[in-house]
Amino acid sequence: MAVLGLSDGERHRASSILYNPEYRSYFFQVLTVLVVVWLIYQAWSNAAENLARSNMTAGFGFLSARAGFDLGQSLIEYTSDSTYRRALLVGFLNTLLVGFFGIITATIVGLLVGVGRLSNNWLIARLCTVYVEIFRNIPPLLVIFFWYKGVLAILPDFKQIRQSVQDAKAADPSVVDPSFIISNRGINFPNPIFEPGFNAVWLTLAIGIVASIAFSIWANRQQMSTGKRPPVLLVSLGLIVVLPLLVFLVVGAPISFDYPVLGRFNLSGGGHISPEFLSLYLALSLYTASFIAEIVRAGIRGVPKGQSEAANALGIRPSRSMRLIVLPQALRIIIPPLTSQYLNLIKNSSLAVAAGYADLVQVGNTILNQSGHSIEIIAIWMIVYLTISLTTSLFMNWFNAKMALVER
Amino acid sequence: MTENIAYVRNTFLPPEAAPRDDTTMIGWMRKNLFSSISNSIMTIIAIVAILWYLPGLIDWLFVSAQWTGTDRTFCSTVVQGGMHPEGWSGACWAYVGDRFAQFMIGSYPRGEAWRPILVALLFVALLIPMLMPSAPRKGLNALLLLVALPIIGYVLLLGGMFGLPHVETSLWGGLMVTLIISFIGITVSLPFGILLALGRRSKMPIIKTFCVVFIELIRGVPLITVLFMASVLLPLFMEPGDSIDKFLRALVGVSIFSSAYMAEVIRGGLQAIPKGQGEGADSLGLNYFQKTGLIILPQAIKLVIPGIVNTFIGMFKDTSLVSIISMFDLLGVVKNSFSDPNWLTPVTPMSGLVFAGFTFWLFCFGMSRYSGFIERKLDKGHKR
Repeated sequence: MAVLGLSDGERHRASSILYNPEYRSYFFQVLTVLVVVWLIYQAWSNAAENLARSNMTAGFGFLSARAGFDLGQSLIEYTSDSTYRRALLVGFLNTLLVGFFGIITATIVGLLVGVGRLSNNWLIARLCTVYVEIFRNIPPLLVIFFWYKGVLAILPDFKQIRQSVQDAKAADPSVVDPSFIISNRGINFPNPIFEPGFNAVWLTLAIGIVASIAFSIWANRQQMSTGKRPPVLLVSLGLIVVLPLLVFLVVGAPISFDYPVLGRFNLSGGGHISPEFLSLYLALSLYTASFIAEIVRAGIRGVPKGQSEAANALGIRPSRSMRLIVLPQALRIIIPPLTSQYLNLIKNSSLAVAAGYADLVQVGNTILNQSGHSIEIIAIWMIVYLTISLTTSLFMNWFNAKMALVER
Repeated sequence: MTENIAYVRNTFLPPEAAPRDDTTMIGWMRKNLFSSISNSIMTIIAIVAILWYLPGLIDWLFVSAQWTGTDRTFCSTVVQGGMHPEGWSGACWAYVGDRFAQFMIGSYPRGEAWRPILVALLFVALLIPMLMPSAPRKGLNALLLLVALPIIGYVLLLGGMFGLPHVETSLWGGLMVTLIISFIGITVSLPFGILLALGRRSKMPIIKTFCVVFIELIRGVPLITVLFMASVLLPLFMEPGDSIDKFLRALVGVSIFSSAYMAEVIRGGLQAIPKGQGEGADSLGLNYFQKTGLIILPQAIKLVIPGIVNTFIGMFKDTSLVSIISMFDLLGVVKNSFSDPNWLTPVTPMSGLVFAGFTFWLFCFGMSRYSGFIERKLDKGHKR
């Protein structure tokens, strides 16, 4: 290769640099960094120019501006005069609310259906299979529409209910407003108001819970040393239910109810569950439950048959062997995929935007359309969801490590 | 000689009848439905529930359903301005029939409808041999399905060349859009997912970090935020004055999302390949690309075909989300038709949703069955 004007030694060095994996990896990494930096710079400068053209400024300052829109449901005080920041907080809390109740319901339904699919009752097993195969194979968005447009929208019309109650009142003045109303505007129910004296009941309840935990720890020790198990269920029931109930009666039942009152146009007072929340909550729970059922089933089937056969041979009742032998072992298999289902449920709660439930995405979308601060809103969404995802997986990893098999 | 031994039986006994539990209907029921008191109670509750709901469901879906008609009067009661007696409720299949073309291809010009139909036929013709494990020439087939078909489909559907009239993507809709988005999403996600998965297992720290951050970032947020990002931020990041097609934005969003998920599926396959395979390739003097392309990836991908199909099922269901960024996929078109004054009745939304749900279900159920079939087939190969 005299053409290149390199001596043998130089050529050797050049080729060894070319073929040296270390140099090569440096080269590729530097190249990647350059490409990514260039892309980000391009996007950034274009965005800056585009923003400048539409007279917009980037930054989170707009969050302190007045929101000017109402939200259907909020856990904290919110009016249309509140700031965008407050509105996003309301949306975030609503996301957590539907996620929390959705996870609880989905877990219970999923566990029941998953165990039901393995039942030796043919009919129950078939019904559970049908449930799983239907819900697993349709989009969650469609399930939300199904509840929102298909079921809740054709419930009794609120105006008709109001009319009929008013007619009844006109005929007979002693008729009172119904305390429960299920209509196309959701569910209205009497809201309990706890008076100051009720604090004693809360306190007893807390003491009862702590005491029953302590009792069950003592009972476990007792069982270990003597082989006899004290009646944990009965004692805990007494401590958690009966004791607070007694205190409740002793301090004179300090509770009252805020009943819904039918006004001329609307309902006031009482508790209210909106159809938007209901449809999202039902859809998310039922959809995720079908996946949880499959996970539970796989987990139970992953426990060797010998385990439950050994329990049978020891004369342990089937319900106890399920609870004490099979489920704890199945839990080890179940927890990791269950975590990702919980995360999926929380992420799917962003579909609220389709039902009009004021969650983080729905509120953010409204703000985005009003103010045009798209970069900031999408950044907030991503940070919030990432935080929820990471926190949940950290917690579930801790739980998983606690439940994991302790090997010799 | 044996005939003389008194205690040896020299005739066969007639066979005993099988246990009653295994032959008669009653025995089967006793074993499977009424084996214990609690089982019997559950069975009775289930039977009562079925008898309570099933007749009403069948009546609504088939018996009372309105199968023919041209407008809302056919599907509403007298009070609502229709022809049915008061209290009638049934599915309005007439509306689904009337809107069927809309549900399939959206607002695609009806005169050009042969184009999506032709693409669909090509798709089916290429897909079926691809799915049959015994069909030959998988490589050529995959090339045609994943590379040639998208190009042909692009030319045929969009038009504007070879004398075909141009059809804007804003006119596309229905099942066609659902299929295109999920198919392109999965086609794009395969190469990108492989690259990301390899990057995540790479020894180069910077590349590894990029891949991990990208995958975890996308997997940690809902698809809807990625779609919003694609539809709102993408135009913002483009050169001023450039615009990007709305359909393309949705495709970009779905592709980014599915790539991250695909990367994790492929990584699972890569991890399952024994280390010796790579070391063997190294000792034969294969370079990185030969080692990965010829030894590792073929084995890894074969292992995760069920996972890929499951990702595809998820993708297919998730495309329904593009209706939120005002695109008209199957669900978007169905939902949009609820406000059509010609079919405005109380039963219209339910009928449309049942139809859309059934269509989605049919595709997803078929795919999950196929995934199970492949799983069993591949499983055999590893048994000794």
